[in-house]
Amino acid sequence: MKKFNKIFTVLVYIFLYAPILVLIVFSFNSTKSTIDFTGFTLKWYRELFTRPDLLKLLMNTLIIAVIASVVSTVLGTMAAVGISSMKRRSRSMVLTATNIPMTNPDIVTGVSLALLFVFAGTFLRINDVFGFWTLLIAHITFCLPYVILSVLPKIKQMDKNLTDAALDLGCTPTQSFFKIMLPEILPGIISGATMAFTLSLDDFVISYFVYGASFSTLPIEIYSYTKKPMPPTVFVLFTIMFTVIFLLLFFMNMAEYKKSKKKKIDL
Amino acid sequence: MSDVIIQLENISVAFGGTDILKNLNLTIKDKEFVTFLGPSGCGKTTTLRIIGGFVRPDSGAVYFDGYNINDTPPYKRQVNTVFQRYALFPHLNVFENIAFGLRIKKLPEKEIKEKVMQMIERVNLKGFANRKTNNLSGGQQQRVAIARALINNPRVLLLDEPLGALDMKLRKDMQMELKKIQQESNITFIYVTHDQEEALSMSDRVVVMDNGIIQQIGTPQDIYNEPSNAFVADFIGESNILDGIMIEDYMVSIFGQKYKCLDKGFDRYEPVDVVIRPEDIQILDPDKSSLSGVITNVTFKGVHYEIIVDIKGFKWMIQSTEFHRVGEWIGIALLPDLIHVMKKSEYSGQFGDYSSYSEEYDALSDDSEESSDEFSEQEEEL
Repeated sequence: MKKFNKIFTVLVYIFLYAPILVLIVFSFNSTKSTIDFTGFTLKWYRELFTRPDLLKLLMNTLIIAVIASVVSTVLGTMAAVGISSMKRRSRSMVLTATNIPMTNPDIVTGVSLALLFVFAGTFLRINDVFGFWTLLIAHITFCLPYVILSVLPKIKQMDKNLTDAALDLGCTPTQSFFKIMLPEILPGIISGATMAFTLSLDDFVISYFVYGASFSTLPIEIYSYTKKPMPPTVFVLFTIMFTVIFLLLFFMNMAEYKKSKKKKIDL
Repeated sequence: MSDVIIQLENISVAFGGTDILKNLNLTIKDKEFVTFLGPSGCGKTTTLRIIGGFVRPDSGAVYFDGYNINDTPPYKRQVNTVFQRYALFPHLNVFENIAFGLRIKKLPEKEIKEKVMQMIERVNLKGFANRKTNNLSGGQQQRVAIARALINNPRVLLLDEPLGALDMKLRKDMQMELKKIQQESNITFIYVTHDQEEALSMSDRVVVMDNGIIQQIGTPQDIYNEPSNAFVADFIGESNILDGIMIEDYMVSIFGQKYKCLDKGFDRYEPVDVVIRPEDIQILDPDKSSLSGVITNVTFKGVHYEIIVDIKGFKWMIQSTEFHRVGEWIGIALLPDLIHVMKKSEYSGQFGDYSSYSEEYDALSDDSEESSDEFSEQEEEL
C-alpha cells in the first residue's frame, strides 16, 4: 500500500510537470521543430534579447501586474478591515457581493467591462479609450475580491482585544492599525498580493476585451502566435518566467521553514 | 467629593435589543480596590469597558475627576486595562510589549529602557525581556500584561478577569501579588471577576451585579454578613434562605415559630427572606430544639462536613466539623445574631434551598470562558 502511494505521488507530479519539462527541453532545441530534439543550443536565448517586441510585451505585463496587485492589495485590505467591523447582516451581504464577480465567467466580466469602458469613453469624449488604463482598471477589478478573501480570515483570527489594547496604551486608531493590526494580518496581505500578481500576470480572457493597440500584454500577443508556428524564443521566455517564479516560491518557502525551525528552538 | 475619581451616572447600554446595563449609578473613590462581581452576562465587563472607553453608553454620563469623559476616546483616558486573556502583542517580545505605551508617548530611548527594566524586575520577569510572549506561561503572560498597563502610570487600572485562565494555586499567589502591587503603586484598581472568593479576599469594596443592575455595594464583610437580597446571599458563599414574616422589630417568624433577631425597620407582618449561613448553625439533640429533621446527605469538604438536613420539607445546609451519619435525627439552634432578614425581591424563592443539591452550581461559577459571553452580541463578528 505504501509503495502504491509513492508510485501514485510520482505519477501525479509527472503529469503536473511533464508539459513544462517538454517546454524547457525544446527551448534548447537547435531547430524550430517541436517534434525532434535535434541538438542543444542557446541561440534562442540570445535571440530573445535581440527581440525588443517580446521584451516590451513582458515589460508591459509586469507593469500591469505590479501596479494592479499593489493597488488591489491596498484597496482590498482597506475593504477587509471595513467589512470586518460591519454588523453581521450587512457583512454577509457585502461578502456575497464580493464573491459574485469571482464566480462570474471571465468572458462575461471581460465583455461587460469592455461595454462599460466604451460607454465611459463616449461620455468623457475619449476617442480610443482602450489601452493601458482600461487594462489596469480591469485587472484591479478582478484581483480585488481575491485580496479581500485572503485578508478577511486573518482579521477574524486576530484577538479583538489587541486593537483595544493598543488604543488603551495611547495609540490613535490609525497608529493601532499600523503598529498592531498590520503586522498581525500581514501574512494574509502577502498571500493576497501574490495571488493578485499571478492572476494579473497570466490573465488572457478579460484582457483580450479591454486591451488596445497602444498597450498590449504578453498573453494576448502569444495567443496570436498559436495560429502560426510558435517561435522557440517564446519557449525561452516561458522557461525564464517559470524559473523565476519557481525560485521565488522556493526561497519564500525556505525562509518560512527556517523561521518555524527557529521558533521551535526558542521553545 | 474630591476623593471620587470615577462616577457613573444613570448608565444604560443595550446590544441588539438586549439590555446589558439598566440605569447604573456608581462612584469609585481614588486609590480604592473595587471589584465588580457577578455571573456571566451580568454587565460587569461592559461596565469596565465603559470606563475604559471601549463602549459608549446609550444614555448616562461617565465622570473622571469631575469631568465628563463620554466623548473621550480610550487613548486619551488616564486609565489602562489588563485584558481578559492578556491581549499581548504577539509580534513583539516581552520588552517591546511593556515599552509599547512609552514608545507611543515618544519618550527618549534611554528613559524607556530604564523604566521597562525596572518594571520587568518589579513583576519578577528578569531574564525574560527578549522572550516572545507566546513562549511564556500563563502566569508570566499575566505579569507582562500588568507591567504593560502599569508602566504608563495610570490613575486607574482596569482588570478584566485577569486570573481567569490560571490554575488554582497560581491564582492565589497572583491575588496576593495584585493586592501588593495595588498598595505599592497607590492607584485605583477596578477588578472584574465572577469568583466570589477572589472578590472577598482582595477588595476594599465589592459591587455585586446581576442582570445589568447593581444588587449591592459594600465591603466584603458587608456583603457577606448583610446581603441585601436572595441573589447576593446565594452568590456570595452558601446560604439557607427561608420565607419568614417580620412580627415586629427584632422578631421574625420562621415555620410559625418566633425567633429573636437583630433586624428592624420592616412593616409589621411583612413577608421577608431570612438568611442563615450554613457555618452559623449549631447542631443539637433533636429533643432540645424545636427545629429537627433527618440528615439526607453528608459530604466531606476537608475543613468541614457539608450536611443536608430535611426539616419540615426544607433542606438546610449545615457546615460542621463533627461527623454525622445520613439518616440521623438532629436538631438545630438559631442564635439571634446569626439570623439576617432581607426584604423580598425578584430573586426570592429562587435560591437558598438545597433540595436539588449538587456540585453543579460550583462547577458553573468556575467557568471562566463564559464570562466573555456578555459581550457576544458585539463580538460575534465575521
